[in-house]
Amino acid sequence: MTAVRTAYIGQEIERTEDFRFLTGRGTFVDDYEPAGLLHAAILRSSVAHGRIRKIDASAAVKMAGVHAVITAADIGQVIPTIPIRLAPIKGLELYLQPVIATEKVRYVGEPVALVLADTRAIAEDAAAEIELEIEMLAPVPDWRAAETDRALLFEQNGTNVAARYTVNSGDADAAFADADYTRREFFRAHRHTAVPMETRGVVAEWDAASERLIVTGATKVTFFNRRALAAMMQMPENAIDFIEIDVGGGFGVRGEFYPEDFLIPFAARMAKRPVKWIEDRAEHLQAVNHSREIDCELEIACRRDGAILALRGRIHGDMGAYTRTNSGVVPAKAAQFLHGPYRIPAVKFDVMAYMTSKTPIGTYRAPGRFEANFFRERLIDIAARDLNIDPVEFRRKNLIAAAEMPYSIGKLVPYENESAYDSGDYHAALEKCLDTFGWNEKKKLQGRNVDGRYHGLAVTCFVESGGAGPRENVRMILERDGRVTIAIGSSVLGQGLETVFAQIAADALELPFETFQVLHGSTTLLKEGFGTYHSRAVVMGGSAILDGAKNLLSAIQSAASLQFNCRPDEVTIDGGKAKGPDGRMLTFAALAAAAGAVSAEGTFANNKRTFSYGAHAAHVAVDARTGNVAVLDYVAVEDIGRAINPALVHGQSLGAVVQGLGGVFLDHLIYDANAQLLNASLADYLLPTATDFPHVRGVTLELHRSPSNPLGAKGAGEGGMVAVAATAANAVAAALSSFGVQPNELPLSPPRIWQLLRGAAAAR
Amino acid sequence: MSERATVQFKVNGKSCAAEVEPRTTLADCLRHDLGLTGTHVGCEHGICGACTVILDGAAVRACLMFAVQAEGAQIVTVEGLANGDSLSPLQASFRKHHALQCGFCTPGILTTAHILLSEEPDADENRIREVLSGNICRCTGYVQIVEAVLDARAAYKQKTAASP
Repeated sequence: MTAVRTAYIGQEIERTEDFRFLTGRGTFVDDYEPAGLLHAAILRSSVAHGRIRKIDASAAVKMAGVHAVITAADIGQVIPTIPIRLAPIKGLELYLQPVIATEKVRYVGEPVALVLADTRAIAEDAAAEIELEIEMLAPVPDWRAAETDRALLFEQNGTNVAARYTVNSGDADAAFADADYTRREFFRAHRHTAVPMETRGVVAEWDAASERLIVTGATKVTFFNRRALAAMMQMPENAIDFIEIDVGGGFGVRGEFYPEDFLIPFAARMAKRPVKWIEDRAEHLQAVNHSREIDCELEIACRRDGAILALRGRIHGDMGAYTRTNSGVVPAKAAQFLHGPYRIPAVKFDVMAYMTSKTPIGTYRAPGRFEANFFRERLIDIAARDLNIDPVEFRRKNLIAAAEMPYSIGKLVPYENESAYDSGDYHAALEKCLDTFGWNEKKKLQGRNVDGRYHGLAVTCFVESGGAGPRENVRMILERDGRVTIAIGSSVLGQGLETVFAQIAADALELPFETFQVLHGSTTLLKEGFGTYHSRAVVMGGSAILDGAKNLLSAIQSAASLQFNCRPDEVTIDGGKAKGPDGRMLTFAALAAAAGAVSAEGTFANNKRTFSYGAHAAHVAVDARTGNVAVLDYVAVEDIGRAINPALVHGQSLGAVVQGLGGVFLDHLIYDANAQLLNASLADYLLPTATDFPHVRGVTLELHRSPSNPLGAKGAGEGGMVAVAATAANAVAAALSSFGVQPNELPLSPPRIWQLLRGAAAAR
Repeated sequence: MSERATVQFKVNGKSCAAEVEPRTTLADCLRHDLGLTGTHVGCEHGICGACTVILDGAAVRACLMFAVQAEGAQIVTVEGLANGDSLSPLQASFRKHHALQCGFCTPGILTTAHILLSEEPDADENRIREVLSGNICRCTGYVQIVEAVLDARAAYKQKTAASP
């Protein structure tokens, strides 16, 4: 018999998705245009903090082509608030965002009114005609202002300090009291955001006859979002379908439940017409979750020989004006990931979350990790220098050894159990990074002015979690024509999961890759799905496919047994064929043609995280006259356990590094003292372009599979991002070591570097 | 704003006409009046390059032009790059090199790179990066895009050699 080639896992298969994207045949949310469509535009607050005195839409509603203006008064007595999905930190629940501003506005960009019109242009014209009177209140531009409680964003709560907690493991205070060496530094990660190329959008269709709602443009966590919307609209969940079509990037921000995810469906039900809203870029930059704004006071205690004894710190999280679905993740993970890949006997972290009059905070790729690694690795380089220990040796000395796995870091997150790193050889990843980078050859450049620029090198180490639980579900159907449909609860935001899932299924069922069609995300596919976040899709969805494939093979055996007049256990499966005890044989396609479609469900449940790990290295050259930093080489090494499609993993790694370098040197949401956002356009909010960071390399390792899932995979989408600020900032510090400056605040923009150097010169 | 204008031009070799408001951008006209949704709109202020189309042989931002300004023009959009269902060498190279992830910026990058290689089939990496610096991609970090464009040069050189 001819064997079907079944080793798809590990192959660099060309993506199924690419044909439609390359030929312009993808369907993104603005490409969907049902008949009878009304277009929505949203009037947003231009004031950071104020009391709404008047909303007069009388001129706007009279305009030709305008159908309605909706304000809080039209929504009802009780304005729904957006629920917390992740990180239920005590206190944050008192600061939830109403879906539309009622008495107060608390950030620039908060929705105040919605216009429905025949075209988007008319809707925007009408929004500009709404007379909005807001009494200005004192802004709360940062956590230091928040802490004073002089101006309260939520008077009824009596404070802007939404949450405060301490986590620890071991006795850090005792360790500090006895240590040979301690050092304390202040660090700042700045506010920026993901900026996916496609802005958000929603199309809502209301069927008045059946009282059903279809919401198109959904993604990420469609089942959670449907549940949230059903509760807000007081509808049964099963009367709402969330449909996922092509999505132009997510990186954490896209697909969470935002005010518009209520307002547009509500408007469609009210108008009894389909309603479309497409966010424009200026709106996006003030409405979508911001991230990363964390200040940290961090302290390290070491023995004279460089062994770390303890870490102690305070995390100050600027949460913006409201708690959104996952806001608490950012400060909580910034604290948890301070521990990093090192053997640290004692840690103690205080976490504070403050409400400020700025756009709410949520997750952006490597939330909390980008910040935590920056804080810790910066401090490690400072400590190594103080102790006169080579920073690479310092890391080698403290990295957790392979023999110590699994390694518990204790319970460092109030809403989670104790965490344990699952598997890995952290030393091997560091050595691989140093070798690939050419550390020994480049070392001679350290801190030297060679070509009018100061050169610096750095290497840092990280761990990164992925594979969040609790479950993922799949249905697999052998269709009558012999093709296999995979309907999965994971969402796709551009990662290539249609290809990856088909690779996993093809191996499990011993069928050609082309046999599979992957349907994903929509709530119509399954009873329940859990979506895509926290680098979970392959770990959870992929493992569910293995279970579904096993169950589908059982169902095929049963179906074949009826054809062969035998018991199911007498049917053997081999290479896409079912064989009976008498030697009769049917291909799966022939079986389905004869017996009808065969389907089975699969699920994978797991509450243990996967922990990928690795090291990054950077070589930078700093022009001391301008403060400009050139990244001459960058290497990211990550062990992800198992790469289903190495080319796609490589793409994730490179893309994440460049996004991260943007986060270090370019991206910055700049607010003034009145909490006005100053750069809500891509002309002013800088993103990496093709000329900014051309020298980027990624190495994917498959040294240690995760023991917690049958694929052995670990999350792969964020490891390229987690250590970029750490590595780039340490390289800049190394380059400028002769000036004695410490780049401890991001972004490392030319003005910041220039000011640091100027300050150092003045101090001399 | 109810004033309408008729605009006529050729898109991907076909004559098209649309009734538009004078303020309608070429991007919106292509997408919403002509149904050519392959051209994407990422910023509407000329920075991201996702909406780049080829207009009379030049790569232009369809969000920065009014549709009425394209009167009489020959326009090629991403839908016009393939030959039916067979990918052009540039498109095939993008697939081979995994030069796209979410695919949202891809139409503008393909049109830009197509014009670059048509005019400069010997463009080196620096030149390719320089030209593509007008197109933002958030997924790839550009590395695999540049590899794909470099690899596609051979097909354009052959074309140049074949034409008189």
